[in-house]
Amino acid sequence: MANPVLDVRNLTTHYFTRKGEVQALDDASFGLDKGESLGVAGESGCGKSTMAFSLINQVQPPGRVVEGEVNIDGINSVQLSETETRKKVRWKRISMVFQGAMDILTPVYTVGHQMKEPLHYHQGITGDEAREKCEKYLGEVGLDREIFTRYPHELSGGQKQRVIIATSLLLEPAVLIADEPTTSLDVVVEAQIMNLLKRLKKELGISMIFITHDLSILSEVSNKLSIMYAGKFAELGDAERIYNNPKHPYTEKLLASIPRLHKDVKRLERIPGAPPNLVDPPSGCRFHPRCPYAEKVCQEEEPEPRGVEGRKVACHFAGEVT
Amino acid sequence: MNAVLEAENLKKYYTMSQSFFGRLLGSQKKYVKAVDEVDFQIPRKNAMAVVGESGCGKTTLGKVVMRLLDATGGKLIMEGKDVTEISGSGELKAYRRTTQMIFQDPFSSMDPRFTAFNTLEEPMDIHDIGGSYEERKKTIMDALEEVQLTPAEEFIDRYPHMLSGGQKQRVAIARALILNPDFIVADEPTSMLDVSVRAELLNLMKDLMNEEDLTYLYITHDISTSRFFSDSISVMYLGKFVEKGEVATVLDNPLHPYSQALLKAVPEPKPEMIEVIKELPIKGEVPDATNVPPGCRFHPRCPYSQDICEKEEPELREVEGREVACHFAGEVP
Ligand SMILES: Nc1ncnc2c1ncn2[C@@H]1O[C@H](COP(=O)(O)OP(=O)(O)OP(=O)(O)O)[C@@H](O)[C@H]1O
Ligand SMILES: Nc1ncnc2c1ncn2[C@@H]1O[C@H](COP(=O)(O)OP(=O)(O)OP(=O)(O)O)[C@@H](O)[C@H]1O
Ligand SMILES: [Mg+2]
Ligand SMILES: [Mg+2]
Repeated sequence: MANPVLDVRNLTTHYFTRKGEVQALDDASFGLDKGESLGVAGESGCGKSTMAFSLINQVQPPGRVVEGEVNIDGINSVQLSETETRKKVRWKRISMVFQGAMDILTPVYTVGHQMKEPLHYHQGITGDEAREKCEKYLGEVGLDREIFTRYPHELSGGQKQRVIIATSLLLEPAVLIADEPTTSLDVVVEAQIMNLLKRLKKELGISMIFITHDLSILSEVSNKLSIMYAGKFAELGDAERIYNNPKHPYTEKLLASIPRLHKDVKRLERIPGAPPNLVDPPSGCRFHPRCPYAEKVCQEEEPEPRGVEGRKVACHFAGEVT
Repeated sequence: MNAVLEAENLKKYYTMSQSFFGRLLGSQKKYVKAVDEVDFQIPRKNAMAVVGESGCGKTTLGKVVMRLLDATGGKLIMEGKDVTEISGSGELKAYRRTTQMIFQDPFSSMDPRFTAFNTLEEPMDIHDIGGSYEERKKTIMDALEEVQLTPAEEFIDRYPHMLSGGQKQRVAIARALILNPDFIVADEPTSMLDVSVRAELLNLMKDLMNEEDLTYLYITHDISTSRFFSDSISVMYLGKFVEKGEVATVLDNPLHPYSQALLKAVPEPKPEMIEVIKELPIKGEVPDATNVPPGCRFHPRCPYSQDICEKEEPELREVEGREVACHFAGEVP
């Protein structure tokens, strides 16, 4: 990698609660080139949003980045204060669509008012020019221009979600982090937004981190894939390779449980066992209690990520079992 | 089989806020016809899925069923009683005990000052059930375990901001289930859950359907789960049902061009598509809901549109074992 836009090293974030330390993100490392996109998938509660917040240095207390670096265009954002981050990094360099962002919209202002604000603040664009730009992006996400004058409560869930996506793209950031950006969208609109993101990636060279539990969607936008389990990267590498030939037992299970449209099923496939407790995660490999291939070493020793067929896999038996 | 819930000609129109000048000039009020003359029946222990584009009126329909919104017109009969005529806080309270809603967005529907315990205890409190504090706590712990928030001890005292998106969503599901309701409006209940946890919860909700006589209105954009979870499916477009029938019948051979487009767009894992701009069966530009197209409301986006489609609104009619509102149903490929 010559000059990655984003370079993340050993990023570790914990929440310090009365009941103990929630180890939500442990030792995450990856790089992202210009125009490249990383898809992040994993179980609910495995630390995906925590990683996103850590990248933009906005982890809320009682959470804290306890270790690691996030280098964006040569600036280590983890060391900046909140105001510095907002000035130097947010929006222009890195922009984020938050999970459940719909309620970020302020009820008393129109959509247009809220969209124009970052344009004014960061680029000094106002008036008709600002309005035109906003409407252009509203159109891109499949909304009618008329939405510009509406209030948030007059919008459906998916309409709000798209307003947020449009706003995050207005400034054409170097890196876009999107955390479950399409949860409330129907498949047609979703496909349209995927196309938009693909185009922006190509035309403007925007790099992306795309977080979703939906592996089908992820396959369409990510060159790289990271599968997380219990706060750790289980598998990280070239997306196509991982889809076609998963090497971590968890990835294998995850891919196998995608439901199919034209099959009648009595029960939906699931991964047996319960999600792990992150205050007191399982010893050794965190996946071992649910892993069909687990052996003694898996209980005792934590597997280091190692290179297997062009990706990094954190499994003692990577390449041997799946 | 008699229906638990029956809607006849159900309507919900929103009046749009007008600009100052609009009011000054006395221009005509604009309406969003979010639910427009909808009919359906859901038998006991069944689930009816409602699918359709963002903004087509699904949540509005759910809220009308819950009586969180008042219908503009039509009838809505739950267990033989017209819901639109329920009046008085006592009656409404009784109705809300047996009918629950899982809201679309767990981020804004949960009270930030409530822990998981408070959130789950509140409904028991309102309806004065659940027994002693210990009994209630036990019920709550069990409910948390059921929705895979394990160990429950770890989650019971957490506030919403200490939960991940999917964890909030599961608290919301537990809340709806805790009063043992007879009817649930589930609005995108599992949109934030990974395949495995989603499977767990949909299996659970389905078991309750059989064991506890639960009936569901299941709103989702996740069409592949509606196949598993529901018995019937209604495809909604700009406030109207355009196709409805048994779930396998509709999904295996959709007849309305809109249903066809929707099904064609269901994503499947295809990493080789990464650089390819996907060809969409229809354009994603939804017409302005305040200005519904004349004739068939889908015609501006329909690949098969003819003259008649611009002029005459098609009624739902029976074609090949389901109902479709399209002039050319069964004739288009
Ligand atoms: N403020 C907090 N205090 C304690 N624990 C927290 C806090 N915020 C998050 N957590 C825990 O940290 C873990 C990771 O949460 P995170 O929100 O990153 O998950 P996620 O992967 O985004 O899940 P989802 O897909 O459900 O959104 C979860 O188990 C969550 O319960
Ligand atoms: N309070 C309101 N005032 C005016 N219009 C509204 C109001 N609430 C919703 N609408 C409009 O009514 C239509 C239906 O909204 P609804 O929330 O029912 O859609 P939905 O099918 O649930 O969409 P989504 O899948 O995006 O959640 C939309 O066009 C929306 O903009
Ligand atoms: Mg999350
Ligand atoms: Mg909705």
